[in-house]
Amino acid sequence: MIELNEVTKIYNEGQPNEVVALRDVSLTIPEGRVTVFKGPSGSGKTTLLTLVGCLARPTSGRIRLDGRIISALPEHFMAAVRRETFGFVFQRFNLIRGLSVIENVMIPAYPLGPDYRGLRARAGALLERFQLAHKARMKTEVLSGGESQRVAIARALINDPQWIIADEPTANLDSRLAGQFLDEVRQLKQAGKSIIITSHDERIFNADVVDVVVDMEDGRIATVEER
Amino acid sequence: MKTWLARQRYLVDFTLAAALRRKGRNAMLLGVYALMIFILASVIFFGSALRREAAAALQGAPEVTVQNLVMGRHALAPPQWLDKLRHMRGARHVQGRLWGYFYDKATGANYTVMTPPADKPDYALKPGETIIGASIKRLRDGRNLGWLMLLSPSGKLFKLKIKRTLPETSELMSADLVLMARADFLRFFSLPEGAGFTDISMQVRNRNEVAKIVEKISRLLPTARVITRADILRTYENVFSWREGIVLAMLSAALVAFAIFAFDKASGLSAGERREIGILKALGWETSDILAMKFWEGALISLAAFIIGVAGAYAHVFFFDAGVLAPVLKGWSVLYPRIHLTPSVDRLQLVTLAFITIIPFTAATLVPIWKAAITDPDVVMR
Repeated sequence: MIELNEVTKIYNEGQPNEVVALRDVSLTIPEGRVTVFKGPSGSGKTTLLTLVGCLARPTSGRIRLDGRIISALPEHFMAAVRRETFGFVFQRFNLIRGLSVIENVMIPAYPLGPDYRGLRARAGALLERFQLAHKARMKTEVLSGGESQRVAIARALINDPQWIIADEPTANLDSRLAGQFLDEVRQLKQAGKSIIITSHDERIFNADVVDVVVDMEDGRIATVEER
Repeated sequence: MKTWLARQRYLVDFTLAAALRRKGRNAMLLGVYALMIFILASVIFFGSALRREAAAALQGAPEVTVQNLVMGRHALAPPQWLDKLRHMRGARHVQGRLWGYFYDKATGANYTVMTPPADKPDYALKPGETIIGASIKRLRDGRNLGWLMLLSPSGKLFKLKIKRTLPETSELMSADLVLMARADFLRFFSLPEGAGFTDISMQVRNRNEVAKIVEKISRLLPTARVITRADILRTYENVFSWREGIVLAMLSAALVAFAIFAFDKASGLSAGERREIGILKALGWETSDILAMKFWEGALISLAAFIIGVAGAYAHVFFFDAGVLAPVLKGWSVLYPRIHLTPSVDRLQLVTLAFITIIPFTAATLVPIWKAAITDPDVVMR
């Protein structure tokens, strides 16, 4: 479970271009369920996601993961939490160009220094699961949008994290691929994973797989809908 | 420890895969870097090999050489000196030597003209005969085969039969040597019979007493200049070091240009690279992982350049007789000695070269990355 307590995030604090992205946000995100942060651009949903995923620290307030404060950890420990607890699927997938599909999938595991054969077998199994085994050696540049997203999901799962975080995952996908993504979310949920998604795509927040919808507006939580 | 090693291996793998994406840029950097190390290593290898060669060649040189000075200038030593020195306790093999320099207009080369040592029957010459250095033979090849024709300083034509050529093994010292009988020498330079000697060479019974002998000679012959083998060796050392310094000074502009080029190439982070660092951090890499990755990038490039440059320099100096540097470092104007240097490398020099090339380059890759590596990973979400 992730708990946020009066979390505020200000960018460029004290400078003329200061932006208050989140104001006093308190929220509990349940484990094993699919939570969606929805809202228009600039509502603060992506900022909230970066704080929850340990990609940045809040300006004030606390974030707890299973009761342990993670918002004030030193960089080294934050990176470890990020690596072992969260798997990220970015909006533009952020695959590393020039490297092969399987290398991209394995990258989050490198700092852990696992056995090479085991790691490669794990990455191969994930690509098999997402029907991409035949493209393992290809460069990521040649993949379609849907394939890139599936590689990004495989990469997010390589360290077997409990939490999967996806930022606007269907922004660049057509209806068929969006449906495919929701199928994958369903499978992950069935496997016991906790999923947090930001989206302003109604195909996502209206999907039956979603358990909690957090509606955001101007850096605050407007409503929390539990289904 | 095992995990740390495995982690470093993954980082090296990633670095290599990433470097292959920028083949052109990295190949150019590697090429220029290796070329710089090649030139530096060639100068170092060649200079030290020449010094070693000179030291080896001088092993057979007299321990003490005595010259006469008149008004501070070199003059012929009177024949009586020979007897005085022969009677000195501790001295042996005292010999008067006649030698001089001659500029041959026909070939445009300077020769060292000398009488053969009396105690070496192999070099004994009858009037009208000569033994010449291998370089002179090469220079005159095709002309007057078997004969050495010289126009003496006084304008007389000298025709000497070439008895043999000196071996190439001693060429560093004998490249420009023309040996002729004493009578020919005196006639060639228009010197009177009993003119004395250019200098007097001497061996010392006990090598630890060289300084004492020098002191005794100075007392016995106050106008004499006494030169020891150590003095000659030191002069060679200085000459080669000076030449090395000149070459390095000429190269310094190129070295500075390379430093700027390398720093620019190594440190320049494109927007794509910055974003990549953000992605890696977002995926759980730590700042130390990013720095280690960049360290490996710098270290692998500079290590590869070092190995290529040093191996190339080794081949250039010891297998191809340092064709690029020989004219400057050997320093003979027309007669280049054709010597094959004995392959050997001074470890300390190699370590120094590694230290002044690998470390600065690796550091140059790390400094600018530091700023990018400590930025928050949330940049990839914006």
